[in-house]
Amino acid sequence: MTVAISVEHLSKSYRLGQIGTGTLTNDMKVWWAKKLGRPNPMLKIGQVDHGNTDGETIWALKDVSFQVEQGEVLGIIGRNGAGKSTLLKILSRVTAPSSGFVKVKGRIASLLEVGTGFHPDLTGRENIYLNGAILGMTKQETARKFDEIVAFAEIEKFIDTPVKRYSSGMYVRLAFAVAAHLESEILLVDEVLAVGDAEFQKKCLGKMGDVASREGRTVLFVSHNMESVRRLCINGMVMRKGILLNKSKIDDAIANYMKSGSIGDAHMLFPIDKAKSAQFTSIKLSNIDDIECNQFRQDEIVRISVSICFREKLHACMAAISIISDLGFPIFTTSDWDYLPDLRFCQRLPGKLEYVVMIPEKFLFPGRYFLRLGLGISGHQKYDQIPSTVGFEILSEGSIMAELGDKRIGVVTPMLEWQRKS
Amino acid sequence: MTQSIEQQIENQIAEMPEKWDLIIQPQRRLLDLRLGELWKYRDLVMLFVRRDFVSVYKQTILGPLWYLIQPLLTTLTFTFIFGNIAQLPTDGLPQFLFYMSGTVVWAYFADCLVKTSNTFVQNSNLFGKVYFPRMAVPVSILISNLITFFIQFAFFLVFVGYFVLRGTAIQPNIWILSFPLLLLIMAGQGLGLGILISAMTTKYRDLRFLVSFGVTLLMYATPVILPVSAIPERFQIFIRLNPMTPIVETFRYAFLGAGLVSVFDLLYSFGFMVVIVAVGSIVFNRVEATFMDTV
Repeated sequence: MTVAISVEHLSKSYRLGQIGTGTLTNDMKVWWAKKLGRPNPMLKIGQVDHGNTDGETIWALKDVSFQVEQGEVLGIIGRNGAGKSTLLKILSRVTAPSSGFVKVKGRIASLLEVGTGFHPDLTGRENIYLNGAILGMTKQETARKFDEIVAFAEIEKFIDTPVKRYSSGMYVRLAFAVAAHLESEILLVDEVLAVGDAEFQKKCLGKMGDVASREGRTVLFVSHNMESVRRLCINGMVMRKGILLNKSKIDDAIANYMKSGSIGDAHMLFPIDKAKSAQFTSIKLSNIDDIECNQFRQDEIVRISVSICFREKLHACMAAISIISDLGFPIFTTSDWDYLPDLRFCQRLPGKLEYVVMIPEKFLFPGRYFLRLGLGISGHQKYDQIPSTVGFEILSEGSIMAELGDKRIGVVTPMLEWQRKS
Repeated sequence: MTQSIEQQIENQIAEMPEKWDLIIQPQRRLLDLRLGELWKYRDLVMLFVRRDFVSVYKQTILGPLWYLIQPLLTTLTFTFIFGNIAQLPTDGLPQFLFYMSGTVVWAYFADCLVKTSNTFVQNSNLFGKVYFPRMAVPVSILISNLITFFIQFAFFLVFVGYFVLRGTAIQPNIWILSFPLLLLIMAGQGLGLGILISAMTTKYRDLRFLVSFGVTLLMYATPVILPVSAIPERFQIFIRLNPMTPIVETFRYAFLGAGLVSVFDLLYSFGFMVVIVAVGSIVFNRVEATFMDTV
């Protein structure tokens, strides 16, 4: 096997505080807030305020070394701020490293965001060529792939319409199609599959799988969706706080990643996105007495409270919760349509909605689980999807296994009737 | 283990006989402009030109006619205000042609400068996602402005022809041959200043405001409205220090037959262009590698 990418002692540091905000007025605002002891007003929500002391250095990547073999499909996993995206940015040459080297054999194409450089006034055809060129293809290469791209995106009829008239689904399909048909030996993919409807996502995943297995290209894939990482990748690499923890087979990597972090909060608020016609606004886990917690005895009920906000009148809408194991396997999915079948023919009016769903006691195996949320009409429409939200742990206390002291296998422990026939 | 990491890496590179297509490293050499790479992306440059051209006048009623309306209205305004009301001298040329020649030439330089100076700020979203030689953007601006310029220049020639037919005393002469050189100097100066400013605006957005009114001010320090000959002798040195002055004056002399032509001034202008392109490229090149961290 030959090496396609060799990363050697790669580091990237950001100096905080010295850079300023770009205009004098904003620089003043930051300074004023600091004087009053208020948080920095220029930080984005969710960004950690590092105190903004002059000259402080943050290492987004620290002495990372690894090699990727030709044809390897490597998943990079880690929490936010682990340095995954910085690594991809350096590999795609968007920004330069502070020290260290990367040596690459073959052409790199990066799929960091679909639709980069699309111009709304240009037609689909013109945008395919423009986008292809931005991603590093020549006109002839794009022309060779043109029919394939159009067919993949399923937009034959609208190819000469300006893309601003496209539905958002068509837009994303076209953008992904161009990027997926790039002629490059190495493909960098960052979380692009979180777009489009379910069917198209499946198609994208399929295409990505083809790219890797049949075309023998090297793929580096960053995602929070453990299921797609597991499906696509052979090997996995876990990163934390800019440091490479380990590189191993994908199953080991995912297990490692899940174990490494804490389960986090039992309560989560989701950012308001006015573009969505319906969305989840919060989720909370609590015990039978409605006290917020995320560790449960096995003989305890898990209470899941979700809030949904509808902004438009919808013909129908299903809310679903999936329970995902710490290895990324879905255990089961439950929806409001299962329990209230009338909802299938029921309009949703603008407003708020709250559900409480209970996972029965003595049901889930002891272990860690994550919740995934979805809003939509199965197979047709997706209003909102949150791939990974709060996690919780089922302790072995109170379980039948603890009682008997056995080590059985499985994912659920349903109490079944054992009828004696003789 | 006294070797530094760099030494180790260098040793490793030396040991490995393999060929790498690309090595990503912290800093590039100072003057490595990677023109070869830009050439590889020539399709992208041309598509940018096309995009700019097609998208600018989409959903406008008059469409491409705007290319002609802009210089025409500017010229008419100048003729009315500076010519008729203020009665400023025009080197004995018809006022309309005098102002139009200045306007057309100046518009090319100013457009190149203003648009290229926005390169990083306007494309930060795009630059943050994919790599391509960043120089592709300013070069494409230069080319699409060149197309605009030729349209307006042709329009200007129509008026020259009209005035010649009417028997007005204007003498286009052999200096017309210097036209490509004038164009090169103008484009170079616009590009050089533009990319220099664009690189600096990544840190200080304030500069953008300075550019837009700075260009307007600079126009008054260029013989667009007032010919050099109309300026008192002892002040002429100042206006001749402006590297755009020889361009406008030579252009006017070549096509209309009146103006100040000096080989020395042209050489000065050319030299300025070379220096500013070099400085601009170096700064642009340095900023390109890490600007995503500051924008």
